Amino acid sequence: MSSRLINWFKFSSPVAFYPLAGRLGAWSGWIAAILIVVGLYMSFFVAPTDYKQGEGYRIIYVHVPAAWMSMFIYVVMAGWAGMGLVFNTRLSSMMASALAPTGALFAFLSLWTGAFWGKPMWGAWWVWDARLTSALILFFLYLGFMALQASIDEPRRADRAGAILALVGVVNVPIIYYSVQWWNTLHQGATIKMGGGASMDPVMLWTMLIMTFGFWAYAIAVAMIRVQAIILERERNTTWVTELVKAGGKA
Amino acid sequence: MKARHKRFTLLAAGLAGLGLATALVLNALENNMSYFFDASQVVQGEAPAGHVFRLGGLVKPGSLQRGEELTVRFIVTDNAEEVPVAYTGILPDLFDEGQGVIAQGRLGSDGAFVAEEVLAKHDENYMAPEVAASMKQQHVEGVQNMAPEAMVQ
Repeated sequence: MSSRLINWFKFSSPVAFYPLAGRLGAWSGWIAAILIVVGLYMSFFVAPTDYKQGEGYRIIYVHVPAAWMSMFIYVVMAGWAGMGLVFNTRLSSMMASALAPTGALFAFLSLWTGAFWGKPMWGAWWVWDARLTSALILFFLYLGFMALQASIDEPRRADRAGAILALVGVVNVPIIYYSVQWWNTLHQGATIKMGGGASMDPVMLWTMLIMTFGFWAYAIAVAMIRVQAIILERERNTTWVTELVKAGGKA
Repeated sequence: MKARHKRFTLLAAGLAGLGLATALVLNALENNMSYFFDASQVVQGEAPAGHVFRLGGLVKPGSLQRGEELTVRFIVTDNAEEVPVAYTGILPDLFDEGQGVIAQGRLGSDGAFVAEEVLAKHDENYMAPEVAASMKQQHVEGVQNMAPEAMVQ
């Protein structure tokens, strides 16, 4: 199973992963800051005006990356939760818990910016079509996952209960993605299709991709900081944490 | 079989079962998940008569008539069938001839749809205005260049 060059299982132990998470978090944070600053500058000043929607379309530079990340983070979170169930590795479940608030944030951001776009363009803040409804369910799944974990005191039981919920919720992700193809919806179809082809100006597309990678890096950065906090909280009675605290937090 | 293999098998089977159940449910719901009826469905009588429902399609170019006060009349088409629509109220910014639209309302006894609410449906294309203008220009030129050949035939 394990690679000959790097023993990946070494990092499944919270002690070994803690310093790595710190380094990954710091690097991702810098990458996120740079990409988001560049992306926002391009969104507002470089990308051309849309021929039909005018300036109001610029909200897609937050809306679309946030919506993508909300779905992607959910799949990653469910993957970690599933690994926690199968291998009984503590760190996998901690990773799932660390990702949930960021996923919920992106899900909320996509719904909120979508409403702001919908009012001037469609004429409605909200409609109950298949895309919007399934995206709202995704937001509730994140909240449900966090609430369920928080309501169980014993961490291992909380992990297992949360993992089941996260895995069951995975069926919603393809429904969100394909909802605009399967059913008549008010929400438009995908501009950027899986397997190539985008019906979009290249500068607009680049701006959107830069924002997406910026959000991605942000998600890694905050998840790493959060997983460090979770490790410290759950391992607070171990000697290595006591020594870490004595050494002033330098791992 | 190790314990973790057992758990993995259980998990995979559970997810497969869940996926199948979801697929069956969605398949059974089928059209009930759709947000609107298109013009062909309305003409064929699939839309509920006497009830409020949504009609979606393109505003037929040249069909928009602005009447007195705020009442507008237009034809919604899916390029196969057509349904005339009357609406009194303010239209969204993106509403235009040739654009996608979703109207909520009832079908009158004369076959015309009386809308209470009209939403504009946006398509998936994003373009700079110059690009859109040049595409239109090329289309016009293309049609003009076609014309002499068509006359020869």
